[in-house]
Amino acid sequence: MQTGLEDQLGLYQKRIPIFTRSVKGNFRRFKTAVLVMAYAIFFLLPWLPWSRLDAPSQAVLFDVLGRRFLIFGLTVYPQDVIWLALLLFIAAILLFFVTGLVGRAFCGYFCFQTLWTDFYIWIESKIQGERPARVRLFRQPWNREKLLKIGGTHALWILASFWTGLTFAAYFAYAPQLLVNFFTGQAAAAAYITVTVLTLATYAAAGLMREQICTYICPYGRFQSVMYEPETLAVHYDAQRGEGTHGRASVRSGRGIVVERRSRERAEATVAQERRRINRNSGERALAERHEQGLGDCIDCGLCVQVCPVGIDIREGLQYKCISCGLCIDACNTIMDSFNFPRGLIRYDSEKNLASATPSAPKLAWKRLKIIGYGVALVLMSAYLVYSIGTRGSFDRAVNQIRQPLYVVLSNGDIRNRYQIRITNKAAEDQVYVISVRGIPEAALDVGHFREITIKPGHSGLVQASVRLSPELATQTKHFELLITPKGKPAEARAEKIRFDTPGLRP
Amino acid sequence: MSEQKLQSQTVQTTGHAWDGDLQEYNNPLPVWWVYTFYATFIFAIVYWVIYPSWPFGKGWIGGLSDISYVNSAGETKTHSWNTRALYLEDMNQAAAAQKPYFDKVQSMSYEQISRDPEITAFILSSGKALFADNCAACHQSGGQGVVGFFPNLTDDDWLYGGSYEKIHQTLVGGRRGYMPSFSEVLSAEQIGDLANYVAGLSGIPHDAAKAKAGDVLFHSETAACYYCHGADAKGRKEMGAPNLTDGIWLWAGVAAAPSSEGKVAAIRNVISTGLAKGVMPAWGGRLSPEQIKVLTVYVHDLGGGL
Repeated sequence: MQTGLEDQLGLYQKRIPIFTRSVKGNFRRFKTAVLVMAYAIFFLLPWLPWSRLDAPSQAVLFDVLGRRFLIFGLTVYPQDVIWLALLLFIAAILLFFVTGLVGRAFCGYFCFQTLWTDFYIWIESKIQGERPARVRLFRQPWNREKLLKIGGTHALWILASFWTGLTFAAYFAYAPQLLVNFFTGQAAAAAYITVTVLTLATYAAAGLMREQICTYICPYGRFQSVMYEPETLAVHYDAQRGEGTHGRASVRSGRGIVVERRSRERAEATVAQERRRINRNSGERALAERHEQGLGDCIDCGLCVQVCPVGIDIREGLQYKCISCGLCIDACNTIMDSFNFPRGLIRYDSEKNLASATPSAPKLAWKRLKIIGYGVALVLMSAYLVYSIGTRGSFDRAVNQIRQPLYVVLSNGDIRNRYQIRITNKAAEDQVYVISVRGIPEAALDVGHFREITIKPGHSGLVQASVRLSPELATQTKHFELLITPKGKPAEARAEKIRFDTPGLRP
Repeated sequence: MSEQKLQSQTVQTTGHAWDGDLQEYNNPLPVWWVYTFYATFIFAIVYWVIYPSWPFGKGWIGGLSDISYVNSAGETKTHSWNTRALYLEDMNQAAAAQKPYFDKVQSMSYEQISRDPEITAFILSSGKALFADNCAACHQSGGQGVVGFFPNLTDDDWLYGGSYEKIHQTLVGGRRGYMPSFSEVLSAEQIGDLANYVAGLSGIPHDAAKAKAGDVLFHSETAACYYCHGADAKGRKEMGAPNLTDGIWLWAGVAAAPSSEGKVAAIRNVISTGLAKGVMPAWGGRLSPEQIKVLTVYVHDLGGGL
């Protein structure tokens, strides 16, 4: 049969609202802990004071106008862009490393989209109630109650979005001052634009679009899929165990407790009744009975679907929409516990292990070339970053030979080369730098009155230096060393190898 | 199905028919295109109002916004928006930002400037631009000059003196170097003797017998070289007469000549023809006093001395 053009799927799919049921368990606790910690850091860090001599007393401040990043005791200048490159590289490798081991752990537990969505769902459930109440509210016609609850939810979302935007802006300006200026209309235009854009973006992403961001927009989720290997641990439904030979079935003889179709009370009453009945027997006996009938362990309660923030059924297998948040594991374990069935019908496991005839206990398979390679790169890069920051100089220097002309012959035959020395003070206080030479007589160097030069923090000093050598010495000297020493800190002295040009070396 | 679809997509005709069966296809422009076209009309009308557009009377319709700036004379100028006024605004703002530095340069002594790292850094960068605009055409971008034409400013040989004050004087008033031609006063042989003597002063291989005769001639009233170059031949800065005893040659192409005969010939050539091309223009009226002071310090930094 031919399918015509009119049968094509539309390019736009209307969002199907997802109402997640809240759940308790280890993964939920872990997610909550990460959320609280991440929020505490993000929202409180700009308010942490840190006394400085020459800069606002804010622990973390990205001073764009001053062209410096103040991070606790560290001042990062644009010249240190290599650190940013290293940091991005480390972040990428860490993502590859973790994804190879345990799948999309970043998506499920640490991604800000997941965190903010989680928080917004929490707000939603606090105002509108648990899943059935939210579904009912969604279906009912607009009235005062619906208007109040939905309106209140959106109002709180926008408030949270606004505070998110303002907090972000507070990293780029002295936070207490920014707050005052912002509300008195005196802040920079960039602050208003940033806060507005971020408020709208956060509200749209965490409140309205949610899983659509992960499914349609985010590239990371998609390209993490290619890092999966058969040994990679991921959230899996154990189909062998769950389906048996005749498929899943509700605990009662009638098939399919579809909790969704019942009111919450009735569903819970059913579950409680079952629990009493099963508890009279032991869980094992109930299971044995089911296995005799060819039924799997899955009682088809649908709770794993109801708790899923991206609205998928994990029992259909690993899917690109799955952000691997582990909530379905919590949901399933809750149910398994209540029936005294063994846990882990949905669990972290590898495809390889699940496909084997006799699955063993899931374990972290790190002894793989790719994982070890990522691990080594991660350790090396991190060590280099720490080393680079740890041994950073308190100043930057650049010595450029003046090439127009490369050398000049003086009236008595001496050869003179000239150089421009730029010293940037990266320390927090004024510093005197001493300029000297090694490999040629000290008297050959002329820097005017700047043999000792004082430079303000974050500023650069420009020194014109000339080196004058007798013709005999000049022919022997191809290079010499220029020494820049912060006064009083001989350990931080840095030498630059400098070229000396003479007429004889002319090509 | 697909055939049907294709047929329904064939091009419509306008319905007109000429000569029985001559028809005209109707291919209307896409709707989005037409509306974009209409939108450009609206855009144009809005643009006319906001920006200067139509000639009107002796001027033009000025648009909605104005540009005002303070010029170097301290007057506030206001124009209706145009790109020339925008340029002037930018330039005046930049000049105003530089002014405190220029004022500071003007208020400081040379000695103070040479000890101030901030002002020195300002002079190194602003002086570079001024030098490139006004001086580099002759003295070259690095101040290295051209042998036979323009003096090298990076060496330590200064025709008129290399102190701050002398360089300033040179910049403000200009210089005119002159050496008379000796071809009519002296014989070719005498000029050859002089050239050998002068070559010997700076250690160039020469004919000693001729040089001895040249020595006498140099200090005689016939040639009277010592009037300007001094009895010791080390030159006189007050008249711009160069030192003949050092290794630096501006006018004679000594360095370029491969043989010692060639070097002597180059010197002989200068004595014989004389010089009237050592002209440095006066910058006093062309550059502001602050600019000249910045250039003075910049040139002194190139290779200044005494």
